[in-house]
Amino acid sequence: MVAALPLTLTGATLRRQGKTLIGPVDLTLGRIGVTVVIGPNGSGKTSLLRMMHGLQRTADGHVGWSVADAIARERQAYVFQRPIALRRSVLANLMFPLRLRGASRAQAEARARAIADRFDLTAMLAQPAPSLSGGEMQRLALARALITEPEILFADEPCAALDGRATRQIEALLAGTAAAGTRLVMATHDMGQARRLASDVIFLLHGRIHETGPAKTFFAAPATPEAEAFLNGDIVE
Amino acid sequence: MGDLLAGLTEAFRMIVTLDAELIEITLRSLRVTLTALAISCLVGLPLGGWLAVRRFRLRRAVIATMNALIGLPPVVVGLVVYLFLSRSGPLGVLGLLFTPTAMIVAQIIIITPLVASIAYQAMRDLWSDYHDLLISMNATRGQRIVTLLIDARRALLTAALAGFGRAIGEVGAIMIVGGNIDGATRVLTTAIALETGRGDFALALGLGIILIALALIVSWGSHWAMRTERQGTW
Ligand SMILES: Nc1ncnc2c1ncn2[C@@H]1O[C@H](COP(=O)(O)OP(=O)(O)OP(=O)(O)O)[C@@H](O)[C@H]1O
Ligand SMILES: [Mg+2]
Repeated sequence: MVAALPLTLTGATLRRQGKTLIGPVDLTLGRIGVTVVIGPNGSGKTSLLRMMHGLQRTADGHVGWSVADAIARERQAYVFQRPIALRRSVLANLMFPLRLRGASRAQAEARARAIADRFDLTAMLAQPAPSLSGGEMQRLALARALITEPEILFADEPCAALDGRATRQIEALLAGTAAAGTRLVMATHDMGQARRLASDVIFLLHGRIHETGPAKTFFAAPATPEAEAFLNGDIVE
Repeated sequence: MGDLLAGLTEAFRMIVTLDAELIEITLRSLRVTLTALAISCLVGLPLGGWLAVRRFRLRRAVIATMNALIGLPPVVVGLVVYLFLSRSGPLGVLGLLFTPTAMIVAQIIIITPLVASIAYQAMRDLWSDYHDLLISMNATRGQRIVTLLIDARRALLTAALAGFGRAIGEVGAIMIVGGNIDGATRVLTTAIALETGRGDFALALGLGIILIALALIVSWGSHWAMRTERQGTW
């Protein structure tokens, strides 16, 4: 199987109503690692992830995969900042992506049960997904995204509004996923989490990549005063 | 007051004695309406879903037209269907005028816009929830519509019930295209109109009560079926 990665963004720009939301962004995402996207509210983390995933069409520039776009689409998954529950049972939610890809009911159910076990969802398989708690819903969204074994997972603040324990649980699942070879791109506001998970960092400001580099150097010695201020918890304008 | 009481008594008598004519008329009403409803749902529900997920240039115009068609006067629909099916009309050779099929055709035209419009509204709202997820998961257009149809099924039941209510109680169009022929195209509503004209208020009222009871039973029945299908909150 030819890998869809690396992903290359060249001058990629996102505009809405004449306003530039993102870019131009030049960036290459290699086959392994955990890229953590950080930046203040409204800096464009969600927009950047959505643009890479192809949910938002670029106004300028190019988002290029190493395989045809149609194939690349099949190899990606996305966990939204606000998780989306299908109005079905947890089991049916998990089976859904496989059913879309033509898996038989029996096949899909077997894999759904297996992943539910890993994600601690077995007890609530029959429960309507919209009735899950926030933490449970995040686990479901993550499990549902990973059930197709994507090459790359985009996760937009997967631990927002979760308590410490639930956050650690999701982090462990994410770390496991990355260790198993899935490329991870995630946005977060939690600098502790960024330090724990990141192999490299993208620091966004006003829709542009203000600073990027390996996590170690970035956290130890940020090159720009804005990044330093942001890491110190100061307000960055 | 006396007429009302007599109507109730008459309805009760007809039901208890399983009046043969009543049963025949009721079954025909149900057959015509349910057939029309089935076809309307087959067309209207996917159409609603399609309108919910598609963005095209004339979309607004189509939706506005569909909503306007809900208010189509049944008598006019009946007249137009009559002209099409009458011997000199374009479809006259089919010989469908004054048959239950003609009544079904008229009812389909009357209720499809209603079914499609309610279905569209329900699925449009659901689509705004599901949009990103289904795009992200690379669902085909057909899969998107099917997903909406399944997950909006409760609201779609409401659409079907509204269609049923409108069709079973409709009289103007089916009177024109069916002709209210005894033993062939007489249904509950046309029978009521006839008996009222004749001055047999008790019988008319009896039929009316049965008509209302029928609508209630169908509504309760389908809600019950939906609720027991799965106990959920959505
Ligand atoms: N569809 C849109 N139309 C107009 N403006 C938009 C649209 N989507 C996003 N924006 C704007 O783009 C900017 C970046 O938004 P984005 O959601 O990417 O930020 P973010 O970094 O994810 O913020 P947060 O940390 O709050 O999640 C914001 O100012 C937002 O209002
Ligand atoms: Mg965001």
